[in-house]
Amino acid sequence: MYAVEMVNIVKRFPGVLANDHVTVRVKKGEIHAIVGENGAGKSTLMNQLYGLYHPDEGEIFINGEKVVIRGPKDAIKLGIGMVHQHFMLVDTLTVAENVVLGSEPVKGLNFDMKKARQEVKELSEKYGLFVDVDAKIEDIPVGMQQRVEIIKTLYRGANIIILDEPTAVLTPQEVEELFEIMRKLKNDGKTILFISHKLHEVMEISNRITVMRLGKVTGELETSKTNPKEIARHMVGRDVVLRVSKEPHEPKDVIFEIKDLVVKDNRGLTAVNDVSFNVRKGEIVGIAGVAGNGQTELVEAITGLRKIESGHIYFEGKEVAGFTPRQLRELGMSHIPEDRLKHGLIEEFEAYYNIILGQHYRNPFANGAFLNHNNIFKYSEDLMEEFDVRPRKIDHLGGNFSGGNQQKLVVGREIRTNPKFLVVAQPTRGLDVGAIEFIHKQILKMRSLDVGILLISMELEEIFSLSDRILVMYEGEIMGEVKPEETTIEEVGLMMTGHRIEEARRG
Amino acid sequence: MNKKVMAILVPVVSVLIALAISTVIILLIGKNPIDAYGALIKGSFGSKQAIADTVIKTTPLILTGLAVGFGFRAGVFNIGAEGQMVMGALIAATFASNFGSLPPLLAIPLTILIAMSVGAGYAAIAGFLKAKTGAHEVVTTIMLNWIATYFASYMVTGPLKVGSGTPKSPEISDSCQLPVLMKVGAIEMSAGIIIAIIAAIFMYILLNKTTTGYEVKAVGFNPYAAEYGGISVGKNIVLAMAISGALAGLAGATELMGVHHRFLGELSGGKGFDGISIALIGQNNPIGIIFAAFLIGALRTGSNEMQFIGVPKHMVMIIQGIVIFLVAADRIVRTIMIRKRVEK
Ligand SMILES: Nc1ncnc2c1ncn2[C@@H]1O[C@H](COP(=O)(O)OP(=O)(O)OP(=O)(O)O)[C@@H](O)[C@H]1O
Ligand SMILES: [Mg+2]
Repeated sequence: MYAVEMVNIVKRFPGVLANDHVTVRVKKGEIHAIVGENGAGKSTLMNQLYGLYHPDEGEIFINGEKVVIRGPKDAIKLGIGMVHQHFMLVDTLTVAENVVLGSEPVKGLNFDMKKARQEVKELSEKYGLFVDVDAKIEDIPVGMQQRVEIIKTLYRGANIIILDEPTAVLTPQEVEELFEIMRKLKNDGKTILFISHKLHEVMEISNRITVMRLGKVTGELETSKTNPKEIARHMVGRDVVLRVSKEPHEPKDVIFEIKDLVVKDNRGLTAVNDVSFNVRKGEIVGIAGVAGNGQTELVEAITGLRKIESGHIYFEGKEVAGFTPRQLRELGMSHIPEDRLKHGLIEEFEAYYNIILGQHYRNPFANGAFLNHNNIFKYSEDLMEEFDVRPRKIDHLGGNFSGGNQQKLVVGREIRTNPKFLVVAQPTRGLDVGAIEFIHKQILKMRSLDVGILLISMELEEIFSLSDRILVMYEGEIMGEVKPEETTIEEVGLMMTGHRIEEARRG
Repeated sequence: MNKKVMAILVPVVSVLIALAISTVIILLIGKNPIDAYGALIKGSFGSKQAIADTVIKTTPLILTGLAVGFGFRAGVFNIGAEGQMVMGALIAATFASNFGSLPPLLAIPLTILIAMSVGAGYAAIAGFLKAKTGAHEVVTTIMLNWIATYFASYMVTGPLKVGSGTPKSPEISDSCQLPVLMKVGAIEMSAGIIIAIIAAIFMYILLNKTTTGYEVKAVGFNPYAAEYGGISVGKNIVLAMAISGALAGLAGATELMGVHHRFLGELSGGKGFDGISIALIGQNNPIGIIFAAFLIGALRTGSNEMQFIGVPKHMVMIIQGIVIFLVAADRIVRTIMIRKRVEK
């Protein structure tokens, strides 16, 4: 018995064939993974199941019955719930309010907050979805926000749950918790559609796998009868190396340094506490740590987006604390932000306007007060070619690219400014294996050109394979510095949970 | 569907639907719709005088429409065009009654400049408050509207008062009056319409061809990304409000210099608020705004003629209301279109 059948689905966007006769069949009570390169059409397919887009051709069956899903309301009625690649919560409302938003319990004419809280609590206990029902969304970590999204679908009675790249923003620990929750849901008879670029996750959690490539289905696999190599081959159409090799490279002078830096977070609590370190030209310094330990605030302070409480920031020996982002960019600093939709992109702008963001007022993109569109278009075409941004349309709107291609756009933009110092936060979040390989090569190329690089990542594997030195951050402080070849994942893991290097070494 | 096509299609379809609904209403009150629309068209375009009248009514609507539309494109909701228009015209009137000794070539630009700067400065107050304290511009511009209205009526009933009857300021010097393009009986159509069209071209170039346009749009769409890209959010909010206010001030100038030749209460008469509807119908696009202003201007001019054959003047208010409703709710239109496709 199939819970979901999507048969011969075709979906076109202007100039893009996003789904080309796609057929997916999902059995009741299974965890079904959908994998494929960036822009393969996974999110588009799922958005049609949830009624956000409407298929140009094809049919959808839910529990064997043919349905037309006109909007999320219809989808919810059919027991379908979706957690999007980019969350859709209201920051200023509490967890409970967000969950019931749109289907609020009422008492007389009033919104019954007590009942809402109670119901949210029950749901979260039943499936081990630990959340603080009264916390505001803006104050809780991403992992918890995601659990709120899941509770929201359950609250509305979902039996078929779509999770679009849920693990991209999670720490390994949180991924394990999510899988635990998914297993509970499955044991309870729920059907789950799971999208991920991480093949080991797919291997661990799924029962069956549908592989997509360029809008088509290229494989339907039983998880127990396949392996990551085979999946990757279906995805990319060739064998991929999963790890790039790093050439030795002698770092030069210090390009960037911070001393005794103290930074506060949005709530006024100290987020970065007395941090000092430096980065040299031609060196990659990695900052490892569980998300929410001050990395975001550290990056924002360094790049001029957040004011510092005390301490010093030096660029080529010159004090730059208090400089605006534009001044820092002009000195030769570049920044790949962790949140591409908040800082990195303007969704309503065409690709070419996104590509010049930060340099839009300078030659060759502007002559005095006027934009030079010829140069802008030419540059954008080259950049999209070089960084393989798909679709290769310079007037595609930023918000209409797939998540991974948005990331490639941002990474390309920042690397092509020829910076002296590059701040890179979560550069490969949401990227497929091929694109990760490509971005890693680009970062290493910058290093060989003597660019100083500060890399912030939650992916330990990424930190280990790229960094020359690793700093571990915990609760706003640096727990210690290690070299990747002289340490182990376990040692760094211990430091990430609050053990200073000496303790970690003692074991 | 293509965004650009939709931007044209939505207002056009809305106008057609509005006309269809009004046809039904006219039938219900027992009149002949063809006669009614005939009268409407005759009243707005049927004679030289009618055309001049339509153009005169359209001119300030284009400018206030541009003012509000520019604000929207830059992410600010300037409800204060009315107040900025009043302040611009009032202060310009005060100076312009003493410009008799200047040649027109100097007096006209100077008067325009005063009105625009005052409008810009007055709007910039709201921009500044938003940038510094986060006070929402909708609230502050409404408050500034009241201040402007009361200040103006104090000035024309007190310090600036001339003659008796309607409170008004002294007439501005001849050298400050806009040249007349067409004179039909008592109706003088001034060069204001040319100024309005130049302003629309200016807005188009500013928004689409300059770094300033790029920056104000970026801030309007996503202030976080703008800041990340080295664009000052506060500066651009103030700038966007100031440019919007300058356009509203210009509307005050053309009314002052081309129509009334003095400041009086009816000079603004809600045209600043009309700008909001016009910007909506014109989809914040300079060319769209010109068309929308012409539509509303023509409807209003022609309504008298329609009244003569027994169809109430308010019919045009109904048409206007339905168009605005439909454009604002263009999601509804879109949903209907999508439904159709799905069901097929
Ligand atoms: N609203 C839209 N308008 C135009 N094109 C779109 C729109 N949404 C998606 N596309 C295009 O459709 C294709 C498929 O995108 P989709 O988001 O489904 O990819 P994906 O498989 O989810 O990729 P990723 O792993 O990067 O998230 C892409 O080329 C994308 O640019
Ligand atoms: Mg996607």
